[in-house]
Amino acid sequence: MARALINVPKTAKRGQIIEIKSLISHIMETGFRRTETGQIIPRNILTELLCTYNGAEIFRATMYPAVAANPFVTFFTVAKESGTIVFKWTGDRGFEQTETASITVEG
Amino acid sequence: MTRRQLSYRAAAAAVVASLAVSALAQIAPSERRSGYADLSPETKAMQDDDTANPGMLSVLDGEALWNAKAGAVQLACADCHGKAEESMKGVAARYPAFDTARGQPVDLEQRINICRAEHQKTSAYKAEDKDLLALSAYVGRQSRAMPITAGSDERLKPFIAKGEKLFTERQGQLNLSCAQCHDERWGKHLGSSLIPQAHPTGYPIYRLEWQSVGSLQRRLRNCTSGMRAQPFDYGALENVELELFLMVRARGMPLETPAVRP
Repeated sequence: MARALINVPKTAKRGQIIEIKSLISHIMETGFRRTETGQIIPRNILTELLCTYNGAEIFRATMYPAVAANPFVTFFTVAKESGTIVFKWTGDRGFEQTETASITVEG
Repeated sequence: MTRRQLSYRAAAAAVVASLAVSALAQIAPSERRSGYADLSPETKAMQDDDTANPGMLSVLDGEALWNAKAGAVQLACADCHGKAEESMKGVAARYPAFDTARGQPVDLEQRINICRAEHQKTSAYKAEDKDLLALSAYVGRQSRAMPITAGSDERLKPFIAKGEKLFTERQGQLNLSCAQCHDERWGKHLGSSLIPQAHPTGYPIYRLEWQSVGSLQRRLRNCTSGMRAQPFDYGALENVELELFLMVRARGMPLETPAVRP
C-alpha cells in the first residue's frame, strides 16, 4: 500500500472555504522510458483521484503520464456539514487506495 | 629604486594578492546561507508543510521500518534504541562520525547498514535503497532545527583535512574544483541554475529533479559527473571525507531534514 498524507482542517465554521491537501507516494512511471538494454519500462501511473464529502463528489482529477512522481493535489471546498471526506486513487495494475479524513463543522 | 627593492615590492604585492584570494575563497560564517534561502516561495512552502513535503512520505516509511522486526534475530531498531524521538535526537547533526572498529568515519547510511549486519544479522541495504533512505530520513528528521555539530571528535581531523583537499582540488575534464563554484561563485549562475553554497543541511533530500529522496553521496556523485570527473563509488572513503568536510563547513547551521530542493 502506498503512503498517503491528507491535510483536512479538523474543524471549520459553516460556509467557510477550506483548503484540502493530499499527497501520495507513487512512482508515476510514464511508459516512455527504457531500461539499459532498450526495453520499455511498462507504464505504471495513477489515473484518477476522486474525493467525496459525505458521499457527494466534490473533486475529481484525471492524471496522465506527465504528472510527476508522488502527486500532490490541493483544492478548496466549502465546509457544509460535519462528516468525512474520502480520497480514492485508482491507477494502472489495478491500483486502488482509499483514505479518509473527518471534519467537524460548527455554527 | 634599486632592482632588489623592486623585486621585494613585487613579492610583497604577490603575498597580499594571495591573501586576498584565500580570504575570498572561504565563506565567512555570517555569509553562510542554506540552499533553502534561494528556493522559490512554492518550494519553500512544500518543505515547510509536513503534509506537502514529499520527503515526509519517506520519513513515514522509515518510522514503520524502525519498529519492524528484521533479520535472523528478529530485532527492530526500536528494540535497542527505543523511541527515535529521544534516542536519535541530534544524531544526524553529528554524522559522519568516527567508527572505532573501522578506524575511519562512517556516514549515517553506513551506520544503519553496520547496525543491520552486526546487530540485526541481516543483509546490508544497497546504496540509495528506498528503505535505507527512509530510515536515514526518519533518523534525520529527529534532528530537525538542531545545529550541525559534526567533526568535533579529534580523531576525525585527518579525514576533515582530506575532505577539504578533495573540495579544493581541481578534477575532471573541466578541470574544476568544488570550491571554485561553491566558495568563490555562489549566488552566480551555472546555465540557468543558481550556484548554492553547498551546505548539506537537509539530507537525505527530496529533489524535484530526481522525483525521489536521495543521499548526500548521490548528490556528490551527481556534481562530480557534472565536472566530467570519475565519481567515487558509493560508500568510498573519499565520499565520506567530503561529506564530513561539508558538514564541518556548515557547523552550527540548522538541519532541515527532509529538505526539498529543485
